[in-house]
Amino acid sequence: MLEFLSRRLFAALFTLVAASLVVFGVLEVLPGDPALVMLGMEAQPDTLAALRKDLGLDRPVWVRYFAWVGDMLTFDLGRSQAYKTDVATMLLVRLQVTVPLAIGAVTFAILLGLPLGILAAWRHGKAGDYGVMMFSQAGIAVPNFWIGLLLVLVFSLGLGLFPAGGFPGWEKDFGASLRALALPIIALGLPEAAILSRIARSAMLDTLREDYIRTARAKGVAERDVLFRHALRNALIPIITIIGLFFAFQVGGAIIIESVFYLPGVGQLVYQSINNRDLVVIKDVVILLTFFVLLINLAIDVIYVLVDPRPKIKA
Amino acid sequence: MAAANSLPRRALRHRSFMIGLVLTLLLIAMAVISLVWTPYPVTEIAMVQKLKPPSAAHWLGTDHLGRDILSRIMWGARNSITVGFVAVTLGMVAGVLLGLWAAATRGWADEIVSRMSDLVFAFPAVLTAILITTVFGASAVNAIIAIGIFNIPVFARVTRGAALSVWGREFIRAGLAIGKGPLRITFDHVLPNIASILIVQGTIQFAVAILAEAGLSYLGLGMQPPLPSWGRMLNDAQTYMYQTPTLAIFPGVAIALSVLGLNLLGDGLRDLLDPRLKVMRVG
Repeated sequence: MLEFLSRRLFAALFTLVAASLVVFGVLEVLPGDPALVMLGMEAQPDTLAALRKDLGLDRPVWVRYFAWVGDMLTFDLGRSQAYKTDVATMLLVRLQVTVPLAIGAVTFAILLGLPLGILAAWRHGKAGDYGVMMFSQAGIAVPNFWIGLLLVLVFSLGLGLFPAGGFPGWEKDFGASLRALALPIIALGLPEAAILSRIARSAMLDTLREDYIRTARAKGVAERDVLFRHALRNALIPIITIIGLFFAFQVGGAIIIESVFYLPGVGQLVYQSINNRDLVVIKDVVILLTFFVLLINLAIDVIYVLVDPRPKIKA
Repeated sequence: MAAANSLPRRALRHRSFMIGLVLTLLLIAMAVISLVWTPYPVTEIAMVQKLKPPSAAHWLGTDHLGRDILSRIMWGARNSITVGFVAVTLGMVAGVLLGLWAAATRGWADEIVSRMSDLVFAFPAVLTAILITTVFGASAVNAIIAIGIFNIPVFARVTRGAALSVWGREFIRAGLAIGKGPLRITFDHVLPNIASILIVQGTIQFAVAILAEAGLSYLGLGMQPPLPSWGRMLNDAQTYMYQTPTLAIFPGVAIALSVLGLNLLGDGLRDLLDPRLKVMRVG
């Protein structure tokens, strides 16, 4: 067990180092002169020189790389050229939008998708199963940003129940902030609920075919206990895997959904930084997001060991 | 008896496969027709006609510049198919070669392929696209590269898994015994035996690629205006859907039906070719 986890930890560290080299290489080495990328072709020579000095571009590449890694390790992030603020300060404010959005969407997906998947497996081959499968196929095919637009059309423009976009801030108005996140959470979570219902259904169907399920039924265990205590517990591994992947999906999803609903989160920061050519922000945020994705993957490995007494060491 | 269970007959009876096939053929037909004919030129601006609801002259209405929505959706099908096809082909060629290599040599080659997969999976496709776009600017080509890179580990993993199980079979040992090298065995025996899983996975990835392209072009990281893409059309629609709600409907329906069609086609193909195939689903 410890060997399995330390192997996974080593693999994650290796991936993180490789990712930092890729990000640094693409943003700092590939363009030749990062200052020129940030300011554009029409930049005055003296402003270019000032920015180069500001970014420390006069130092050799490897010195810059290790300086950046050192800064990241101490969470001493750079300064945004466009916003003239510390990246760390901006991130902390924006995480207050993105973290509730991501957790809300995954929770929504679990609350909707898991019961539907269990229902479909329980009613295998019957109307309920077909209904869930149709929902699942439709949900997988529909892009989340289009769901967002349709929700705005119906619930904001049509019924006036929710705001069409924007975010007032938790301290200013807690209730309104909660309402502002409702539609984005549904838009982000609905396709994930569709995927989860499909995975949960097939995992449950696999375990429901096992001998010990037949034994449990034969000895008269209540159907509810068969489903939830015996079958679901053994179907958890693929279900946890996909829920873990959802957190990684949120990274891409947040960039799109925050731009649909004009939410001032981390995703919107990344998106605006492309338009501002703010390399400092993109470099720091992208590597932090990668770190976050790897952390989630490691957490899933730990959960595997906790849930399943027989971890797949060579997986 | 054999004729009654032949593949075409079983395919005709498989309902979701047939729905998927029809939807996919419709998508391709729309793209092909747009090569020679669209109701109106896709970039023709007619301000007097702007933001019109569906009518006899413009079946799906017009956008904020008076351009015909139907024509732009037809052209958008061409864009989606091109981006999806090229990206999946790139990812498939690179991924299948890597997967075959890992399965044939095991050991360190296998380890390299696994670590590369981890690296790519740690970056969502959108982040890859953002990295590329920041340095090289937004374009359909950069969208293709981003989606293509994301597809490499998907195919590498599926190929590796399927190829490893072929390598364990009897006839491979027979091949080795008569003196065939790993390269000959890979292309004579392993590749033909894993072709069906690759076809099924390719269809599913095509659907994923169309969704990804729509997302990237919604963010402005795909095909650049004035040429249309479905995602970009939805972005434009967001500003004007207060006046003309149908603007936000039709491009989304086009995306959803295309993705649904390809997914049903892929699932149907799996059922028909070999229901035990293990397809990978990552979005």
